[in-house]
Amino acid sequence: MEFAELIKTPRADNVVLHRPFHPAVEGTLCLTGHHLIFSSRRQDNAEELWLLHSNIDSIEKRFVGSLGTIIIKCKDLRIIQLDIPGMEECLNIASSIEALSTLDSVTLMYPFFYRPMFEVLEDGWSSFLLEQEFELLSSVTNEWRLSCVNKEFSVCPSYPPVVIVPKCIDDEALRKVALFRHGGRFPVLSYYHKKNGMAMMRSSQPLTGTNGRRCKEDEKLINATLRSGRRGFVIDTRPLNVAQQARAKGGGFEQEVHYPQWRRIHKYIERFNILQESFIKLVEACNDQSHNMDRWLSKLEASNWLTHIKELLTAACLAAQCIDREGASVLVHGSEGTDSTLQVTSLAQIILDPRCRTIRGFEALVVREWLQAGHPFQQRCAQSAYSNSKQKWEAPVFLLFLECVWQIHRQFPCSFEFNEQFLIMLFEHAYASQFGTFLGNSENERAKLKLPQKTMSLWSWVNRPEELTRFQNPLYEANSLVIWPSVAPQSLQLWEGVFLRWNRPSRFLEEAEEERINIIKYNKELQAKVNALRRQLAELETGEETQEE
Amino acid sequence: MEHIRMPKVENVRLLDRLSSRRAVVGTLYLTATHVIFVENGSETRKETWVLHSQISSIEKQATTATGCPLLIRCKNFQVIQLVIPQERDCHDVYISLIRLARPVKYEELYCFSFNPKLDKEEREQGWKLVDLSEEYNRMGVPNNYWQISDVNRDYGVCDSYPTEVYVPKSATAHIIVGSSKFRSRRRFPALSYYCKGNNASICRSSQPLSGFSARCLEDEQMLQAIRKANPGSDFIYVVDTRPKLNAMANRAAGKGYENEDNYSNIKFQFIGIENIHVMRNSLQKMLEVCELKSPSMSDFLWGLENSGWLKHIKAIMDAGIFIAKAVAEEGVSVLVHCSDGWDRTAQVCSVASLLLDPYYRTMKGFMVLIEKDWVSFGHKFNHRYGNLDGDPKEISPVIDQFIECVWQLMEQFPCAFEFNERFLIHIQHHIYSCQFGNFLCNSQKERRELKIKERTYSLWAHLWKNRADYLNPLYRSDHSQTQGTLHPQIAPCNFLYKFWSGMYNRFEKGLHPRQSVTDYLMAVKEETQQLEEELEVLQERLANLQKSQSGDNKVKSKQQDRSKQTGMYTSNNSLANTPQEYSNDLKSFPSRSPSQGDEEDSALILTQDNLKSSDPDLSANSDQESGVEDLSCRSPSGGGCLPSEDSGKDSDEAVFLAG
Repeated sequence: MEFAELIKTPRADNVVLHRPFHPAVEGTLCLTGHHLIFSSRRQDNAEELWLLHSNIDSIEKRFVGSLGTIIIKCKDLRIIQLDIPGMEECLNIASSIEALSTLDSVTLMYPFFYRPMFEVLEDGWSSFLLEQEFELLSSVTNEWRLSCVNKEFSVCPSYPPVVIVPKCIDDEALRKVALFRHGGRFPVLSYYHKKNGMAMMRSSQPLTGTNGRRCKEDEKLINATLRSGRRGFVIDTRPLNVAQQARAKGGGFEQEVHYPQWRRIHKYIERFNILQESFIKLVEACNDQSHNMDRWLSKLEASNWLTHIKELLTAACLAAQCIDREGASVLVHGSEGTDSTLQVTSLAQIILDPRCRTIRGFEALVVREWLQAGHPFQQRCAQSAYSNSKQKWEAPVFLLFLECVWQIHRQFPCSFEFNEQFLIMLFEHAYASQFGTFLGNSENERAKLKLPQKTMSLWSWVNRPEELTRFQNPLYEANSLVIWPSVAPQSLQLWEGVFLRWNRPSRFLEEAEEERINIIKYNKELQAKVNALRRQLAELETGEETQEE
Repeated sequence: MEHIRMPKVENVRLLDRLSSRRAVVGTLYLTATHVIFVENGSETRKETWVLHSQISSIEKQATTATGCPLLIRCKNFQVIQLVIPQERDCHDVYISLIRLARPVKYEELYCFSFNPKLDKEEREQGWKLVDLSEEYNRMGVPNNYWQISDVNRDYGVCDSYPTEVYVPKSATAHIIVGSSKFRSRRRFPALSYYCKGNNASICRSSQPLSGFSARCLEDEQMLQAIRKANPGSDFIYVVDTRPKLNAMANRAAGKGYENEDNYSNIKFQFIGIENIHVMRNSLQKMLEVCELKSPSMSDFLWGLENSGWLKHIKAIMDAGIFIAKAVAEEGVSVLVHCSDGWDRTAQVCSVASLLLDPYYRTMKGFMVLIEKDWVSFGHKFNHRYGNLDGDPKEISPVIDQFIECVWQLMEQFPCAFEFNERFLIHIQHHIYSCQFGNFLCNSQKERRELKIKERTYSLWAHLWKNRADYLNPLYRSDHSQTQGTLHPQIAPCNFLYKFWSGMYNRFEKGLHPRQSVTDYLMAVKEETQQLEEELEVLQERLANLQKSQSGDNKVKSKQQDRSKQTGMYTSNNSLANTPQEYSNDLKSFPSRSPSQGDEEDSALILTQDNLKSSDPDLSANSDQESGVEDLSCRSPSGGGCLPSEDSGKDSDEAVFLAG
């Protein structure tokens, strides 16, 4: 397909761009296959706005006489307005944007066309391999092994080709367990707590059905993570009644009779479609320009967004507490094991593992616990909060995870190597990106699309030193401890950086961040100077002493 | 001492509000000035000190098998729950505290016995730190338009006004006195803030006694004089900070508001800030939300909305923004009043001044601002904050709201203020503590009669002495936010009004961020300063050495392995905490309880406890006399916020058993 076919009016002049907190600008609008480009003609302050079509969530058009107005709502939640003279031009542009922002074939997406302007120092596609992770693990324990049972994606289509499982369980057993778990997602290692040797596993629900089917291999597999005489916890992210109802559809939960060494805790985390509604309501509240405080607070409350944050953080804290404080192994699952399960396991690691609070460690976590673990990014992030089409797979599951990380970050502002911008950047790229990282719904799909060969990895770009500096937290000092956040309502706040990002004058907060960076930078410079001088003096002084001798 | 029936009770339990497992046993002491709880534990003997003047209510609850519970709520938002073994002892403590918490004479207040060991001269110096006539000079008055009037020199015209007031030059004594007779409590229009740049001013007064039709020539002349003092503008705004309905109701009592027809060239404007009773109830409701044991997010947000607190904060802020805009952008003078002109008027004038003038955003300037708009103009501190036993209907968190407005602005303009959050919290604390004389009584007249300056000490000197603790590390006097007028946004989605847990849940450390960016950056800046000094010394030494060595340069290149300077702030950063009660399920499990904590934790708890111990005020209840280190933050590991044992609310429990 030629993009040109979709672009009837590639260029319009005398277009006026309106954005909140910016004066209106006049300029030229151009459409390309993947971008909407606006450039102001003003000589003194030439400005260009590049917007990926895939970032456009919805578009509205209005006419007053022959002046058309297009309102573009983006997946990163910004809203811009373009006034386009000429009804035909406006209609053409609107329909082009609509078509280009809703291309249904993945291979037409920008990552397949994007040619980086930077030198690739390290190929992000191979930066975070499970094999490396396993090597680290092997240096502390030999109870686990790498299994390639899924190398053809035949045992579990949503799992990566290699997984880490207890050493004593062979591939044959894994195949049997896979048949007993929803979507073949048999329990695999998610996190190993070096401090006490406890493990966190994740899976999908067991397929017990109404007649209480059991699977000896499944029991053996998860029991393999227990210390003798100790018990473990199953954290089920569904309420008990939902788990019970699931049996009618062939699903179910681990019953005490067959898993006597396991205690089950139901910690309810909302299903993805409910989260999407909540997301839409919250963003609507954040765009309400009313001056009424009651209305704002009741809309914020009615969105339930912060409730979901609190529930999710609580569940993650509980999982971490079981591992670190109770000294117990944990298995986490909900139904499919691709959404709430991953939220819990990845957040628990943020709490427990200092490595996940570094930039590199966090990237590895996202790769391991989200991309490789088969979170269906393409489905979940197809639309954001402004979509009016009622597709049912969208949900801000990953955004909720990022926000929970931000909440913990806010409570421990010196314990993370990355800053808020890093989290916001990941949110943006999950929804629209020039990189192939978040395309596809599983490793299987990514392999079929040949993404590593045909597209650039986000990590190849982010991990370049010049990019990294933007994402570093100046206050970071490695904190090797477990960090327990407060989940009280008083301790949780709306994530302004995402939800009010385009609706607040950001200058003052940016200046504050700059000031923080400067304070630290100046201190480090002085330290270096003082150290250098000290050395120099020491050299001179010893020189003097030898002279005197 | 005659009011203390029971000076000491042993085996008292101090409960943690959020977790009954964290109760500690100790001894309770009642002294003339404090309630003191000393934990039994051998090494730490942690102490909790509460000033009698901080106590807002004492509640004796039904006796249980374990003893008789006593609930003490404090004005600085501390809540203390004690269980006293014997009902009789509890009763005696209760009766004693009821009396001690409600002194009837000023002389009973702590400031008259508090002695920070300063000599007379130091005390006097302390009182001179904030000098209002200096402040009016700084603003640029007296000048061609404004003069100081001695009409109130013996408080003859208005007993709640200061002796020195600034009025327009064209306002004669006759006009002032005439106008004062037409204003509630004779609070005539007087200058609050003068804007040197464009001659616009903020004046304040009480409501006019206009009833339905009364008018007063002198009052009209007075407003005319205010307008004339700003030659650049042909009208003034008259801002009535009350809701229109309230102002109209006042007309029936012979009070009311200005009729635009009677006054030439005024633009009249209502701004609906509610009265002190509404505000008192609102705070009460919000504190109930703060005290909920394990609120869900909707319980909390719904309760917060229902309390109306943030709505009221926003109303005050909006009024301040309106006035600041009129003065700075339109160059129009504003006369502000409410009913008596000492509550809402004080709030609004001070918010507007703070937005307009960067000086008030410095530490010293902020003290001056409170002294100017609140203390000197007769804000009734004694009545509003219940220092002496009085009418409970007079109590209202008026200045607390102003302080919160400042905090909300600090959140939006992080580099604009020289001081930090702790400064605000300590000022709030001392408004109620009565440890210093600044906020005693209801007016300047009463304070002079009591000879406050000779008999007590000034808070401002105390804060100034410890100013290093109150600095905002992000403040730079040359920073763009530091200069000029602040222009906050109005809509809540552009200016996020937040719940201030640092104030209202001040004593529940577990709810706050565990690492303080402010403290961290201050430590870095302190180190930077030392490095600068060291650098200078080193450079000098180097220069000397090089001079002495010039000629012969046989330097041995011997790498000295100097260890990197040890960061003094690293300890700040290793704050640890313990998990909260994230679920009930764990307690029935036969392994260790999470709240037991292991050695690692307890060691860290101590670190956290000691962190701010250099700062006695932070944990409230400071007492320089006793020489006892104050460690009153009860539960450094943080209160849990999830279901505690006795809440029985968590549905997981049932699920757990059923499953």
